[in-house]
Amino acid sequence: MTTAPFDPRVLKSNAPVPGAPDNWKRFFSFNTDAKVIGIQYISVAIFFLLVGGLLAMIMRGELITPENDLVDRTVYNGLYTMHGTIMLFMFIFPILNGLNNLLIPTMIGAPDMAFPRLNAVAFWMVPVFGFILMASFILPGGPANSGWWSYPPVSTQNPLGHLISGESMWLLAVALSGVSSIIGALNFVTTIIRMRAPGMTFFRMPIFIWTVWAAQTLQLIGLPALTGGAIMLLFDLVVGTSFFQPEGGGDPVLYQHFFWFYSHPAVYVIILPVFGIFSELFSAHSRKPLFGYLFVALASFAIVFLGLIVWVHHFFPSGVPEWMRNLFMVTTMLISVPTGVKVFAWLATIWGGKIQLNTPMLFCLGGLFNFVFAGVTGIMLATVPIDIHVNNTYFVVGHFHYVIYGAAVMGIFAAIYHWFSKFTGRMYYEGLGKLHFALTFIGSNLNFFPMHPLGLMGMPRRVSSYDPEFTFWNVVASLGSFLLGVSIIPFLLNMISSWVRGPKAPQNPWQAIGLEWLLPSPPPAENFEENVPTVISGPYGYGTGKPLVENQAAYENQQFQEV
Amino acid sequence: MTSSPSRINFPAVAIVSAWTGVLVVISFWMSRQAYHWLPVQASTAAPLVDGLFSFETALATFVVCWVVSIITWVVLFNRADKYDMSDAEPIEGNTRLEIIWTVIPALIVFGIAFYAVRVNQQLAVLGPMEHIHRGSPVEEVGGYVGDRLPSETVEVIARQWSWEFRYPKANVSSTELHLPVDKPVTFRLVSEDVIHGFYVPAFRLKQDIIPGRAIDFNLTPTREGRYRLRDSMYSGTWFATNQADVVVESSNGFQHWLEQAASQPLQPGLSDAVQEYDQRQQAGAKGWATVRPAPRPQVNVPGSNTLPHEA
Repeated sequence: MTTAPFDPRVLKSNAPVPGAPDNWKRFFSFNTDAKVIGIQYISVAIFFLLVGGLLAMIMRGELITPENDLVDRTVYNGLYTMHGTIMLFMFIFPILNGLNNLLIPTMIGAPDMAFPRLNAVAFWMVPVFGFILMASFILPGGPANSGWWSYPPVSTQNPLGHLISGESMWLLAVALSGVSSIIGALNFVTTIIRMRAPGMTFFRMPIFIWTVWAAQTLQLIGLPALTGGAIMLLFDLVVGTSFFQPEGGGDPVLYQHFFWFYSHPAVYVIILPVFGIFSELFSAHSRKPLFGYLFVALASFAIVFLGLIVWVHHFFPSGVPEWMRNLFMVTTMLISVPTGVKVFAWLATIWGGKIQLNTPMLFCLGGLFNFVFAGVTGIMLATVPIDIHVNNTYFVVGHFHYVIYGAAVMGIFAAIYHWFSKFTGRMYYEGLGKLHFALTFIGSNLNFFPMHPLGLMGMPRRVSSYDPEFTFWNVVASLGSFLLGVSIIPFLLNMISSWVRGPKAPQNPWQAIGLEWLLPSPPPAENFEENVPTVISGPYGYGTGKPLVENQAAYENQQFQEV
Repeated sequence: MTSSPSRINFPAVAIVSAWTGVLVVISFWMSRQAYHWLPVQASTAAPLVDGLFSFETALATFVVCWVVSIITWVVLFNRADKYDMSDAEPIEGNTRLEIIWTVIPALIVFGIAFYAVRVNQQLAVLGPMEHIHRGSPVEEVGGYVGDRLPSETVEVIARQWSWEFRYPKANVSSTELHLPVDKPVTFRLVSEDVIHGFYVPAFRLKQDIIPGRAIDFNLTPTREGRYRLRDSMYSGTWFATNQADVVVESSNGFQHWLEQAASQPLQPGLSDAVQEYDQRQQAGAKGWATVRPAPRPQVNVPGSNTLPHEA
């Protein structure tokens, strides 16, 4: 399965990292093992989290005073554009793909992805377009500076007139990112449909697999629209076509349709797998079955369906007709129904459970709170008359940072702590983990809550200076952002030190149920190899006494791996 | 599993009912507070928007408080001992409960949507926004075609980065927007370069200005005062400075201002961007490439954007 030039016995070792000689080199090679690719994705993504976070902290430094006094306005505009772009395309999508790579094959009992080479290609495109994006910082005109939406005509204004501009590099990077994500999505969906262990019917799949399947289906439907829109915009910029240029008969609002037809569903691509993580972890750390498995599983695809027909709510004030405003308002609000089904199911799952307040559980509970808060402000934003007032203000910025950082990133941290032992063979340090949680939860609320009053007062987003009446809440937000910057330090310390010399992890430290917990920590290159288990019951049998697979004791005692 | 309610737990029902009552009171109080988070109400649209926001604040408070209550209860009373890895009672679902928590939110959502659609219709009566004229409107309005437009029309020209307001009937132009109180006004919004947003927070109204179209936009100011007009759609380097003041005054005051303005000669209007651009060029243009700001518009009255504004 692997093309790396190493002794296959090293790659099959039960404890490949660290210890085995030169084993770390796999992480810098074109390796086709999904577990190696998963860790590659996550490491690159965390690097870009630091870059994007640094940009955000410079922005918050500028916004701690009303005047424009820290960086030039052109620099501020470049910073916020690159912050959004890096966080979405270089951090959150790659880190989710990292989790997909680690978890899909191990959770469904597959030896690897359906197309291991394509999988490695999809990953190696990430550093390539990451490099293109970062290189645009040293261009004479600076990087792209028209926001991560890149709306024309402001994005096609090219003051220096160079063919290679920040904007053209940005469009190239986004198009490559789209291709990479499409390749990844094909791989994930095929693997889930075709490579499940015997006995794992669709309705015995873990919810995480359901949500990834739903999310990657959205990628396949939506991404061609964004990629097409990006290519048309690139043509407008460098060839002089006028798809979106009014003076040539084009329509700038058409681009907004292309962009949001994908970029709204992109939010569900991000949050659906996090719903999956919540479902797994609330069940495991409450020692109770997931409440209402069938409803929770099907709600994922209800969200996919509705998520595809809400995109116009991003530009209600752009002159869309009344009937369209009303239609998209209703579809947007309806998403709260399947989402509510999930939230109620998690609450019912933890209710009466035997809760262990360890780091992953704390991150899940904090993420759930933030998600519910983001949900109620989301209903407000869906309501057209309120949206007309707060659209393009800090209220929107606050709302989506609660979704993306408050809920999604906290869920991803929960997943990293929960499955860390499985893929590194080491335990993380609980104290550092709890410190990381406390700083993240306080920092993110301090950072993102003040954006709501600012938006209600009428402070537009993307401004490099503001009127003095907005000062108080901006100072609070800036302090919160610096705390959030600090919060990443215990995380990095924890990950590095426990991977290097943390205590050896047992096979199943949480006593959790799932195929991945029947594998050794870390699993061998081809997971179950010839001994793929036969699944005989649903995924969350906590307290029921039902075994998950045939001959479960043999897997728990690792009889097969001693060969 | 236990879908047959064999007996009703009266103390639990009492506690839940009492707590629901407490949360209803808190939610009602928050819905009153919500008005204070918003700027002053200065248009006929503002009370409608604020009423809807207040209503949704109450619902939001109720939902968030219930979720927080449940999480708090679970964290306080459902904790396992540190080394207790035993399982809890396996409750896998309750179909009746799941149907209830699907149907009730759906009904609430349709209720909110019904209310919001009604407000939409009222707003549409107050200020219809569907009159979009295609073509090359900038040239059209450039020629003071005042006789073609209704009497209360103000032409708004958005540029990178300044606002220009023209009163065709009085043949007056300004970089400060003056409006008579309690009189409907029609704006004709055009942009010469990129998309801008016409946003006055005190009016609770916002309309994107799309290059290549002229968009008619109606509103009625209801309160005298000085408010901010802000560009709400990112428009490039000096986007943040693209603000103007809106002065709502009595009918007489407005007529007086128009007459005064008509007697003034054309002079350079306000543009913070031009000023900053000139300073930046003198300082050696540190930073990245930028589009050059449009020249200051030639207007009768520059007005001011440094006086204290109410919202």
